[in-house]
Amino acid sequence: MPRGKKKLPEVSSGSMADIAFLLLIFFLVTTTIANDKGILLRLPPPPDPLQEQLDIKIPDRNIFTILANSKDQLLVEGEPFEGSMDDLKNDVKKFILNFGKPTPDGIEIYNSLPPQMKAFVNANGRNPESSDDPTSLKSIVSFKSARGTSYDLYVGILDAMNAAYNEVYASRVGITAEEWLSLDRSNSMQKEMYSRGRSGIPRAISIAEPD
Amino acid sequence: MPKFKKNSNTSEDIPTAALPDIIFMLLFFFMVTTVMRETDIMVKQKIPRATQLTKIERKSLVSYIYVGEPKNVSLYGSEPKIQINDVFITEEDIIGFVNTEKDKLDEVERDQITMSMKVDVDVKMGIISDVQQELRKANALKILYSTIKRVTEK
Repeated sequence: MPRGKKKLPEVSSGSMADIAFLLLIFFLVTTTIANDKGILLRLPPPPDPLQEQLDIKIPDRNIFTILANSKDQLLVEGEPFEGSMDDLKNDVKKFILNFGKPTPDGIEIYNSLPPQMKAFVNANGRNPESSDDPTSLKSIVSFKSARGTSYDLYVGILDAMNAAYNEVYASRVGITAEEWLSLDRSNSMQKEMYSRGRSGIPRAISIAEPD
Repeated sequence: MPKFKKNSNTSEDIPTAALPDIIFMLLFFFMVTTVMRETDIMVKQKIPRATQLTKIERKSLVSYIYVGEPKNVSLYGSEPKIQINDVFITEEDIIGFVNTEKDKLDEVERDQITMSMKVDVDVKMGIISDVQQELRKANALKILYSTIKRVTEK
């Protein structure tokens, strides 16, 4: 039964915006932007009771020691340290790039460095009392905290040590430290850059257990 | 003095027909980005700041450990406590927790498990190192100290 012209029933949509607003505010309030960023650290594997502990002697000059006590005071390389975390980072960097008595591998790494880093080494490094070269077991940055050290300081020092390494890696491939941190390893070109920066210089950060 | 004639021909109201669409767009954005928090955090969480941050590539490999002073001091005391999921645990329970977390993963990925430590700035290192010793025993060797990006002023 066809009817004549009839007005279409209309749903009023005036309050649509209000409904959407309500939902919007709900999600705004419940949203927590997840921050899954932080400082990565690899713990050493648990001591194996069956295996005998190998005693590797590493000369003192190849270890950069940072000690923190329960009052958050620092002892760096045997001397009280009052400077900022930035100073600490620079000290660690000088230690890594010291090349005091390089092994053949170390000489190879030195030759592969860009000119401004070579200049940095020759200006600040070459100290026979400091690390031999940046290769494995020839320069180790060691940090020991006490049980009463604050977590804030711990993270700060960990950050400074990582910053020193990241700056070395970054300047090896000729980018800034910030660009280095944002390298995307799923991209093959950036991954190549990443492994080129890291090759031969392991991130030798040792965290000792507090007594 | 000439009087300015008010031009009253033009309509003054802004068309609001597109308003719901704009709001819906915002709504969808927040709906998509929202992650509902599964656990109720019962410890204080003032996350420290740092500059050298690494981003986690695979979120499925991450388990969280919260350490801090309990929010409800009258009930739990003011000593820092360890929280996982929704409960407070002691150091001895960490191995069990890591193993249940590892069971959720594929066998090939179990060594890749990353423990994200969300620790309050006021906590001392003692409890952290206890947790770390347990994690070593449990063979969960990758640790991420959760931090916020520090903006350096220069």
